[in-house]
Amino acid sequence: MAHQKSKSSLEEQIEENLRKVYQKTLEEEVPDRFLDLLEQLKEQDEQNDKS
Amino acid sequence: MTKVDPDDTSNPRDEIVTHLPAMRAFALSLTRNGSQADDLVQDAIVKAWKNIESFQVGTNMRAWLFTILRNTFYSDRRKHKREVQDTDGAFAATLSEKPDHDGRLAMADFETAFVQLKPEQREALVLVGASGFSYEEAAETCGVAVGTIKSRVNRARQRLAELMELRDDEALELTDQETLAVVTAGLPVRGTAA
Repeated sequence: MAHQKSKSSLEEQIEENLRKVYQKTLEEEVPDRFLDLLEQLKEQDEQNDKS
Repeated sequence: MTKVDPDDTSNPRDEIVTHLPAMRAFALSLTRNGSQADDLVQDAIVKAWKNIESFQVGTNMRAWLFTILRNTFYSDRRKHKREVQDTDGAFAATLSEKPDHDGRLAMADFETAFVQLKPEQREALVLVGASGFSYEEAAETCGVAVGTIKSRVNRARQRLAELMELRDDEALELTDQETLAVVTAGLPVRGTAA
């Protein structure tokens, strides 16, 4: 059915845009603040284990 | 593409770092604001770290992290409802341009339409449409039934199409290549990431 076909084309366009927006962030380098945070959490745990 | 470390002594916490890009992308789709998204990711990391016992090794860590992230988002949102709505409005306003009636699908139009969706619709669309989650995984992540996710995705698509004033006949006129060209042209040129 023609209607079905056009609908899927529309969905494809939406999905294409979604993936582009999402991909843009995925490809960004992870900011240092998060790596620092994970490091801090690790250190805290190690200190708690000792005490 | 599940990467399960067979080493029993490994700490599942070490895996969190590999999900950071996906967490940021998902957070951005919820908040639509870069600094809010990163604050959200930060809170989610701390919660995930402290509640690692509730993660079942061998299950999907990304889905588990996304669940924490979205729960944090919705509970923050309840606390600061007015604030968040204002931010959303301001963001939409800065993005909105003169309505384009020629049916072209530009990235700016898409972004403008996307921020107007309800967060429940945005997350359903992003989980299923962009991050490659199955309907079942998305349902589990959001704590709802599979049927609910399916209907949210469908409604979100319909709403996006309405907002972008894309009609079926217009959509048909665009071949995939044309779409790609338009979409690529609409991409903002980013400077080097700060």
